[in-house]
Amino acid sequence: MIIARIIGTVVASQKDERLEGKKLLIVRPINLDGSDTTGYVVAVDTVGAGFHERVLVVAGSSARLAQNMKDSPVDAAVVGVIDTVDIMSPET
Amino acid sequence: MQLARVIGTVVATVKNDSLKNRKLMVVQSLNKDLKPQGKPMVAVDAAGAGVGELVFWCRGKEASFPFKREDTPTDCTIVAIIDSDSHVCCG
Repeated sequence: MIIARIIGTVVASQKDERLEGKKLLIVRPINLDGSDTTGYVVAVDTVGAGFHERVLVVAGSSARLAQNMKDSPVDAAVVGVIDTVDIMSPET
Repeated sequence: MQLARVIGTVVATVKNDSLKNRKLMVVQSLNKDLKPQGKPMVAVDAAGAGVGELVFWCRGKEASFPFKREDTPTDCTIVAIIDSDSHVCCG
């Protein structure tokens, strides 16, 4: 899973019927210190995440294992909203 | 599977129901000399690893196999804890 920040939404009226009712988010992978990286991914929201929140994104075929995503044509899903990330200091 | 060091933890209260009660760890992938390589990732813990431990992890769909495999959305899972750094031998 990667840590990403939600930077936008996508609206698509014409889509696969298994994607109907699902929110599509544009997320940008970020570093552990919160700084942005380049690039973006369109991911399906499964948790009700909001704009600019830090989230966990699952990529690949595992994305459709999330609840309510069975057999959906999806390769990226937002599966969690991050509260905190604790990183040990390098000298320990 | 790859070697990695557990460098931190992630707390996410709001998450997909299929990830409830799963521990999330930040892992830094390592090369054979145990030097960091690539970016850190967030992994689900299937082995009971702690911060600072040397582990190996698998990626892709297989990452969900330690759990209910059709039910756990993870692409990155810690599957074993290596006894110590000296137990990694590369010729």
